[in-house]
Amino acid sequence: MKIGVFVCHCGTNIAATVDVEKAAKAALNLAKVKFSTTYKYMCSSPGQALIKDAIKEKGLDRIVVCACSPSLHEKTFRECLKESGINPYLLEIANIREHCSWVHRDRETATRKAIEIMKLAVTKVTHNRPLEKTHMPIEKRVLVIGGGISGIQSAIDISFAKFPVVIVEREASIGGRMARFDKTFPTLDCAACILTPKMVTVAQNKYVTLHTYAEIEEVTGHVGDFKVKIRKKARFVDTSKCTGCGACWNKCPAKVASEFDLGLCKRTAIYTPFPQAVPNIPVIDRENCLYLKSKKCGLCQKVCPFGAINYQMQDEIIEEKFGAIIVATGFTQFDHSVYGEYGYGKYRDVITGLHFERMANSSGPTGGKIIRPSDGKVARDVVFIQCVGSRDEQKGVSYCSRLCCMYTAKHALLLKEHNPDSQAYVFYIDIRAAGKNYEEFVKKVQNEYGAVYLRGRVSRIFEKGGKLIVRGADTLSGAQIEIKADLVVLAVGLIAQNDAAKLAQMLHIPYDQNNLFTEAHPKLAPVETITSGVFLTGACQSPKDIPDTVATASAASVKALGLLVQDQLEKEPLVARVDKNLCSGCQACIKACSFNAIETKEVEDRALKRKRTVAEVIEGVCSGCGNCTAVCRMSAIDLEGFSNRQIMEEIEVL
Amino acid sequence: MKYAYYPGCSLHSTAKEYDLSTREVAKALGIELIEIPDWICCGATPAHITMHLLSLALPVKNIIKARAMGSYEIVTCCAACFSRLKTANYFMRTDDEHRQKVEQIVGEPYKGEVKVRHFLDVLVNDFGLKNLKGNLVKELKGLKVACYYGCLLTRPPEITELDDLEDPHLIDDLMRTIGVEPVQWPYKTECCGASFSLTKTDIVLKLSCDILQMAYDEGAQAIVVACPLCQSNLDLRQSTINKKYKKDFNLPIFYFTQLIGLALGIDGKKLGLDKHIVPPAALLGEKDKLAKI
Repeated sequence: MKIGVFVCHCGTNIAATVDVEKAAKAALNLAKVKFSTTYKYMCSSPGQALIKDAIKEKGLDRIVVCACSPSLHEKTFRECLKESGINPYLLEIANIREHCSWVHRDRETATRKAIEIMKLAVTKVTHNRPLEKTHMPIEKRVLVIGGGISGIQSAIDISFAKFPVVIVEREASIGGRMARFDKTFPTLDCAACILTPKMVTVAQNKYVTLHTYAEIEEVTGHVGDFKVKIRKKARFVDTSKCTGCGACWNKCPAKVASEFDLGLCKRTAIYTPFPQAVPNIPVIDRENCLYLKSKKCGLCQKVCPFGAINYQMQDEIIEEKFGAIIVATGFTQFDHSVYGEYGYGKYRDVITGLHFERMANSSGPTGGKIIRPSDGKVARDVVFIQCVGSRDEQKGVSYCSRLCCMYTAKHALLLKEHNPDSQAYVFYIDIRAAGKNYEEFVKKVQNEYGAVYLRGRVSRIFEKGGKLIVRGADTLSGAQIEIKADLVVLAVGLIAQNDAAKLAQMLHIPYDQNNLFTEAHPKLAPVETITSGVFLTGACQSPKDIPDTVATASAASVKALGLLVQDQLEKEPLVARVDKNLCSGCQACIKACSFNAIETKEVEDRALKRKRTVAEVIEGVCSGCGNCTAVCRMSAIDLEGFSNRQIMEEIEVL
Repeated sequence: MKYAYYPGCSLHSTAKEYDLSTREVAKALGIELIEIPDWICCGATPAHITMHLLSLALPVKNIIKARAMGSYEIVTCCAACFSRLKTANYFMRTDDEHRQKVEQIVGEPYKGEVKVRHFLDVLVNDFGLKNLKGNLVKELKGLKVACYYGCLLTRPPEITELDDLEDPHLIDDLMRTIGVEPVQWPYKTECCGASFSLTKTDIVLKLSCDILQMAYDEGAQAIVVACPLCQSNLDLRQSTINKKYKKDFNLPIFYFTQLIGLALGIDGKKLGLDKHIVPPAALLGEKDKLAKI
């Protein structure tokens, strides 16, 4: 065995604090080290050439590089070994930068520590085994969870590459939140006009399969081979027969508040959420259908000219396989009923921004009239309150919801356009308009549309004399403000879906204290998760406006396609292995594994002359975290590249 | 039902009728209020604007006296006393540094374990509205009042732990139980100006005028309070407010205990109804033939 040690200066990052020459010299005193040297930037091409030449000339067969964290250049140096004809796993990185030079000042002690770290790596590399990457097949289909603009865009992008995509959407139609919007900031294009073509595109696309009114039931497996159970909720309408003629919902006598229009109008028990629904096939809401509740009525079945109504329909669970999953589950609105000062959600004329969108929409419940929901009178003086639930650790969430400043400005503009005599007042904390043409848009609303912006919070809203009295502070002038308003619009924040945590657990992806899904790296891997093969897009990761959502949707699609275009999936060989002779079958490792990578297996025990249950690692799923090796009482599990023996010897040599 | 009763300074002076009516109501309902022997001032506003430690030590001193009486909870009626006692308890429970200093001052260990209750809370949650209804001699039908809670009963909520922060309803619940109709009004927790009554009277006149106006606009014939300072500002200053703002208010300001007392058949005089500046006789005589004060 001939070990070579290469000490990097990293410019002055290491060399200023660590005496690299001394360290290199010290290496030669270690057992089996036959060569050592230093170089200014070991990761540079000349640096790598230095290693390659030394391997050739000195016949080195194991390499230790003393440099930065292995998360940065381990890959570089492994490649370097491979090119020199040595197994790339016969390499160890001694991190003498992040773990030493960056965190110490005293040169002498830092040098001593660097030599110690190097000693550990030399000891460890002595026991490295040559390993080979493993390969797994890939199921070349993508699952997109959520059929809002995010999921739709992802599906379209993937279909361009001619890979099959399945969208699972829990509502009766795709379209998501964007389908409810009137206009979009800052260009004021009509939301439906830019969304519905995309909805139709996915519906007509031969690579895209839509499962609407369906939910994810269970996810097992791993990247390249996810097995997903999908619950297709009973629609009670045969999708193969229905033409969407509307005879059924025109006759249905059961009327309930429309979820799509946030209760501003009624819908029937058999319904499509909105006129441009895709698919344009209704569902029967089993909670409110008179026939399904009490066997009375049955009118829709009688009037349906195609015999599409089937009250006996049951939920159906289908199982499909996917190579990658894109999570596009979006967001929900913060519930402002915790704000007592705004009336606990009891005042009918205190509405949310989404209510306002529906009213401003010409196909909405008021036909595009902005009115007071309580008495239907035209709203003239309208107060907008920003940051409701956002930036409020007491009652809401601590983060900024990012788009409320913009949608409020848009609402102030739409109000003026709909009701020319109106006046908008906007209470804000800060204006955050950091997007292309956003600041200009806010300025336009203030200057050309006369919206009065008041910097401060509203302390109380109450009803008096048919008006809403809004009291607040204008902190810029120091004045107390009282406005007699017709309508108050709350810019409620964006929060995670109620069942976000449940889905995250199913997918084995982490989520934060706000139940927002956590990306693999906040800057460099914003659409990946730490679970390979699962990608994020849109507001399920953090509040996003439409441009950002669409951008992340395309980004997630590229990531998923990057997987799918490979013939086989390459997998690091640094996985756990169970010694079946030592395993007692206690299954502590199964509990410790966060990746469901360990199964049980029956083996024939010849000594005992009976069958015995032992643990077995699924190589394709194992991430090499080492949890199982730590909990194994029998020391029956070992992690490749981090064996128990290696770690013990590292400790001993210290 | 036995409680250690902490009346506080106001109930022994300006709010005598609050004290009288509380004791009468308690007696009629079989709630035993045992006055804490040798109690001292809770410190009220003067203590906490002078010195934080003093504002904690004074209430704790009183609580310790109550603890010595046995395992009673403390009942108080004054909103300020309630606030100060609860605040002291909160600090004793959550702030070791202050607790150690206060323990040194009062000479005894205390970790905030004695419960402090407002009489409203005792009536609604211990005695119960149903039980109260069963004890009524009469219902005060036809009387419309605005129930006014002021600043201190519900704020800050983590300390007072009483009623709804923005829309309190304990007094409303009691009034409904005795047949009085509480109006829906938005000023339940507005500030009356409180202790600025003496130092910045103009502020109190303005704020109290707004409260009277809102109650009047919403159709109230009287205001029902649970705080001596609110009562004093709204009652005592009402004529000055009328003069200054050219108003014609004639709104009696009752303590909730006084109206409950009437419904329990207690004589008006025993409830201190003769101690009001804005005389309630006309209103009560008109609405309820009982009162001859």
